[in-house]
Amino acid sequence: MYPIVKREKLADKIYLMDVRAPRVAQYCEPGQFVIVKIDETGERIPLTICDYDREAGTITIVFQVVGASTERMAGLKEGDIFQDFVGPLGCPSDLTGVEPEELKKKKIVFIAGGVGTAPVYPQVKWLHEHGVDCDVIMGSRNKELLILEEEMRRVASNLYITTDDGSYGFHGTGTAQLQALYDQGIRYDHCVAIGPMIMMKYVCILTKELGLPTIVSMNPIMVDGTGMCGACRLMVDGKVKFACVDGPEFNGHLVDFDQAMKRQNQYRTEEGRAMLRLQEGDTHHGGCGHCS
Amino acid sequence: MDVLKKVPVREQEPLVRAANFEEVCLGYNEKEAVEEAARCLNCKNAQCIKGCPVAIDIPAFISRIKEEKFEEAYQTISQASALPAVCGRVCPQESQCEGKCIRGYKGDPVSIGKLERFTADWARSHGISPKAPDHKNGHKVAVIGSGPAGLTCAGDLAKMGYDVTIFEALHEPGGVLSYGIPEFRLPKKEVVAAEVENVRALGVKIETNVVIGKSVTIDELMEKEGFEAVFIGSGAGLPRFMGIPGEQALGVFSANEYLTRSNLMKAFLEEYDTPISAGRKVIVVGGGNVAMDAARTAKRLGAEVHIVYRRSEAELPARVEEVHHAKEEGIIFDLLQNPTEILVDENGCVRGARVIKMELGEPDESGRRSPVEIPGSEYEIEADTVIMSLGTSPNPLISSTTKGLDINRWQCIVAGEEDGATSKEGVFAGGDAVTGAATVILAMGAGKAAANGIDAYLRGGQGAVPAGEKEPGC
Repeated sequence: MYPIVKREKLADKIYLMDVRAPRVAQYCEPGQFVIVKIDETGERIPLTICDYDREAGTITIVFQVVGASTERMAGLKEGDIFQDFVGPLGCPSDLTGVEPEELKKKKIVFIAGGVGTAPVYPQVKWLHEHGVDCDVIMGSRNKELLILEEEMRRVASNLYITTDDGSYGFHGTGTAQLQALYDQGIRYDHCVAIGPMIMMKYVCILTKELGLPTIVSMNPIMVDGTGMCGACRLMVDGKVKFACVDGPEFNGHLVDFDQAMKRQNQYRTEEGRAMLRLQEGDTHHGGCGHCS
Repeated sequence: MDVLKKVPVREQEPLVRAANFEEVCLGYNEKEAVEEAARCLNCKNAQCIKGCPVAIDIPAFISRIKEEKFEEAYQTISQASALPAVCGRVCPQESQCEGKCIRGYKGDPVSIGKLERFTADWARSHGISPKAPDHKNGHKVAVIGSGPAGLTCAGDLAKMGYDVTIFEALHEPGGVLSYGIPEFRLPKKEVVAAEVENVRALGVKIETNVVIGKSVTIDELMEKEGFEAVFIGSGAGLPRFMGIPGEQALGVFSANEYLTRSNLMKAFLEEYDTPISAGRKVIVVGGGNVAMDAARTAKRLGAEVHIVYRRSEAELPARVEEVHHAKEEGIIFDLLQNPTEILVDENGCVRGARVIKMELGEPDESGRRSPVEIPGSEYEIEADTVIMSLGTSPNPLISSTTKGLDINRWQCIVAGEEDGATSKEGVFAGGDAVTGAATVILAMGAGKAAANGIDAYLRGGQGAVPAGEKEPGC
């Protein structure tokens, strides 16, 4: 049993929770994810680790309500429990395997979209703690949906905020903001983009043109998260990869996003919708916000 | 009563059961069990015991049934097997104990499997479970995986007095018994959960949601958590795909995914959140027990189901009983055929498969006649769902994170057959993680051998007993 020690509503339908899971907190690294299951009848929902406290034995998760299981999760209070909470799963971010001295030589930019801001935060924080500077572009549909702004401001060297409707910061997408920075003559050596698949796809189209190496974090449909089911398979450089064990991070310029987006909607086909409406309208894993 | 024939076992009617997830086989009642037990010749040199990977004293427990001493029958089985209600249901008895039964030379062999099942079910319904040993020896052993190998190894070690903790990656214990084998063959709550409880009753602790190699490594378990020996029974969980065009389409699943959604996540029940795509017309590729399970699950979800298998019926690796049940339920067998491409519509969904006909050529290394494509015989079949059931291989998560643990070129852990010892000191392994995908009972046999191996290792210089020389179940 995994108790919730803190619960906070970050924005409409977006929640942050600190969950006590000492085994996960002991060895997890930025870039990895957990799978949570609220109770007996809940789905297994993969969520990227947003933060961790090894001493307190807690993991921070951020999720968006997109279906029945996440709706029920949003109803949990401090002191309530998750029946299951397993991790850390997947590979740590590549950056954590590089010597900080090497990283200091690089100009790194993160592009975060929507709830994707949550998994970007621990990476930026880790770099900041290791004395590595990096810039962050974080965007959302509007000002109300922006999350973790203050936290990110504390650890990012330069923070660029974008909103699709122009209600706050740069009016446009993170991709457009990156283009604008390049137009001003700013250059980067390494990019990490995490957000909805459609956003990562467009970031990658641009960064490929710019010759800017780009890592993306994929969050496809999963069941077990340990390589057993193959539901999360995607094509990377023409080869089948399992996001749960080979990823979740991949070289964005080699990912087949169009196919990944189709697979993401596997349970959102017309028939699937009808069936799922019957079952309270839940979709696959929810929470990630990658498929608004 | 014809003494040459087995007492028939009651089953749900095929057309009724093809629309529900209730257990197919209803098992013997007391009267039927006693009647069937009377057919046992109680051979002095019992061949059946030699056919059993965990060496249950079969004539002894059947004699107890004959005498209507059902509790004693259960205690006899329990000495050798931690999972009798499971084995009585899913063991391939026809090629093991029953395959060696003297009765089988002229007529039907004794229905050992159904008698084992009866005994275990009787014990459960009468609240009888094994007892924890009186003394603990204080030595800590970790068991990785709560499938048949892990449960057996843990149960045997606990009986010897060891302090055993099982680590399970999923949220339910049972391994393949929970995620793989369907409810209608192996009820989860009544049978699997109950047998897991019996292992717990021996004093074994089970920690779920721990992925060894991710949450914690074997080295950390041994160096930081005080485990003196480790048994790896992590199974063979990685699915294979064919590598043909269209395999990434929507509607193509591994049998693992399909079965996990249905069995572990209970997607077939409305009150559970996990969805499963039932499909209208489903192709299952493969001919093993897992293929039969996937096909019969899809059938129960309402689909028309075809098994596409590249060899002929004689080569089907599935148990005869499973094939028979599948056919009775209306599964269509498209034999000597193999998909060459999954056909995909404009939305990226499966619309069918291109299939080529095969003929049998010379025997291959497996001893089975190898299938050869017939040129120009390709045709298309319509389908909205394709389930790939082509076998599985061991997960590299553990082998890649454990220093000094040797694996072979199939990713299987290298371990001694007699004692399960691996290349790493104090680490033992058995079951599908060592052999690749095999049966529940072979994994249990390996778990048992490793328990003896671990006991011998930990007793070290103090008169270690070599594996294989001990009485089963000590």
